Amino acid sequence: MTGPAFQLQSVSKRYGATEAVRSVSLSAARGECVALLGHNGAGKTTLIKLMLGLTDRDSGSVSVLGADPRTHAAIAIRGRIGFLPENVAFHGTMTGREVLAFYARLKGVALAECEPLLDRVGLVEAGAHRLKTYSKGMRQRLGLAQALLGQPQLMVLDEPTTGLDPLLRRRFYEIVRELREGGTTVVLSSHMLTELEARTDRAVILRNGRVVADGGLSELRRAAGLPAHVHIRVAQGPPADVVARVGGAELMQVNGRTASFTCPIDQKIPVLRRLADPALAVEDFDIELPTLEEVYAHFSEREDSPCGPS
Amino acid sequence: MRAVLTIAGREIREGIRDRWVLAATLLLAVLALALALLGSAPVGAVKASGLSVTVVSLASLSVYLVPLIALLLSYETVIGEIERGTLMLLLAYPVARWQIILGKFAGHAVILACAALVGFGGAGLAVAAIGSDWQAGAWLSFASMVASSVLLGAVFLGLGYLVSALARERGTAAGLAIAVWLVIVVLYDLALLGVLVLDEGQVIDASLLPYLLMLNPADSYRLVSLAGSEQVRVLSGLASVAPGQAFSPIVPLAMLFAWVAAPLALAAAVFQRREV
Repeated sequence: MTGPAFQLQSVSKRYGATEAVRSVSLSAARGECVALLGHNGAGKTTLIKLMLGLTDRDSGSVSVLGADPRTHAAIAIRGRIGFLPENVAFHGTMTGREVLAFYARLKGVALAECEPLLDRVGLVEAGAHRLKTYSKGMRQRLGLAQALLGQPQLMVLDEPTTGLDPLLRRRFYEIVRELREGGTTVVLSSHMLTELEARTDRAVILRNGRVVADGGLSELRRAAGLPAHVHIRVAQGPPADVVARVGGAELMQVNGRTASFTCPIDQKIPVLRRLADPALAVEDFDIELPTLEEVYAHFSEREDSPCGPS
Repeated sequence: MRAVLTIAGREIREGIRDRWVLAATLLLAVLALALALLGSAPVGAVKASGLSVTVVSLASLSVYLVPLIALLLSYETVIGEIERGTLMLLLAYPVARWQIILGKFAGHAVILACAALVGFGGAGLAVAAIGSDWQAGAWLSFASMVASSVLLGAVFLGLGYLVSALARERGTAAGLAIAVWLVIVVLYDLALLGVLVLDEGQVIDASLLPYLLMLNPADSYRLVSLAGSEQVRVLSGLASVAPGQAFSPIVPLAMLFAWVAAPLALAAAVFQRREV
């Protein structure tokens, strides 16, 4: 099947007086990995619910794996989607193995697929225990196992790593990487940004139900227009004089022989060239690019004006 | 179909795990046994078979108890799963919402049927073991009483799902379920009685009464379960309400089936439109 894995066009959704999603347009190609970022209440979960057909939009159009999720045809399509909800819950009296078998039957997946999946998420031992004895991390792993049933073409993960310890988190992203290598489109929402760095092709930042930025991480950095921070140490003389001779720099802080200044990121190389002049006697040099955290803060704290490259 | 059976299977398994099946069966068995053994005492005086007496007393017990058990099983079906957070995942699977309702209904109906069959059946066997007179007719009316009890339970399962799909909170659903039980099982008859007494036959005459009774599933159940044999009809006093052969159990039976189908369909429709 070709065409985008999902496509939303000017989709809006309101719950009572609150506009959860406002005229969002978003699409992803097959095999892409998209991170939905945003503070609590920014509309991430609503967007996911709209994609899965759990809730109905007020306007706009949605297509997921080629079907409108609110039509009857989408019920069969859901067999090719894996979903891990935020705070996944299961029936407490069933064992892990039974829960997985139940969902496999619902999805029409061979029961033989269950055991390897339990192994993949490290629940072979715990599979015989009832769900009420499971820790949050174990439930999350079982949630991931059920989402992986039937090799889905689209994987939707809502805040997947909350409650996981760092080791499990790494294992989790390994599985996501394997999925992408297998050609699965992955959508994951998060408010923890640092761990997403270098793990997604694309970040979509939502604020108050709007898409405020959408693009690759380097694109977002450029679009944010945040400056690079440069720290220097000079061998002699006041460091402020050195900074004054570097074009486009803005002095931030001076401390003895060291100084910090900012410069636009597209001025990195010219600044570097000038600093390399032996006459300036720069002894040491460090450059800090804006982190994803800062880019995110920049977009999510701005005044309400939708824009952004896509 | 696979989805419906899978969900039904899980409900049954859960029912066994959290001792629901056991509790319902034991409750029905203990009460049925008590009634059966106590109830067989006056048999000699009215020259009725022990089983017929048991049918009458069990039917008047079931009409209160079975709806209560059914509502307890069903009232949190939708709202409970929403509050526990299990519904969102289920709905992301290739399952239609009506299939979820139907699957739960099938599972709960099996649980009810087991409880009625084992609970009441045990009592029936006990009475048969004690009593010496064996009547095929009495057994038939006993079997029809058990079957119609399950049917009555099915009515209240549907009503429970409807309540569950409508309520915003589990507590509200519980309150609504109790209200449904009270109105249908208790207050309807009282109200009808009151109107009859005050009216003194001016608007509602006796010929209208059976039809008014049939509108209520609990009374339809009485008409069906007690219509089994003439002996039972006389014993239960039904013969005076719906006299003679004029009254076939077909109409109240159809009424019961309608009472199963309508709330079930309505519950599925309400659930379909509900935002999760």
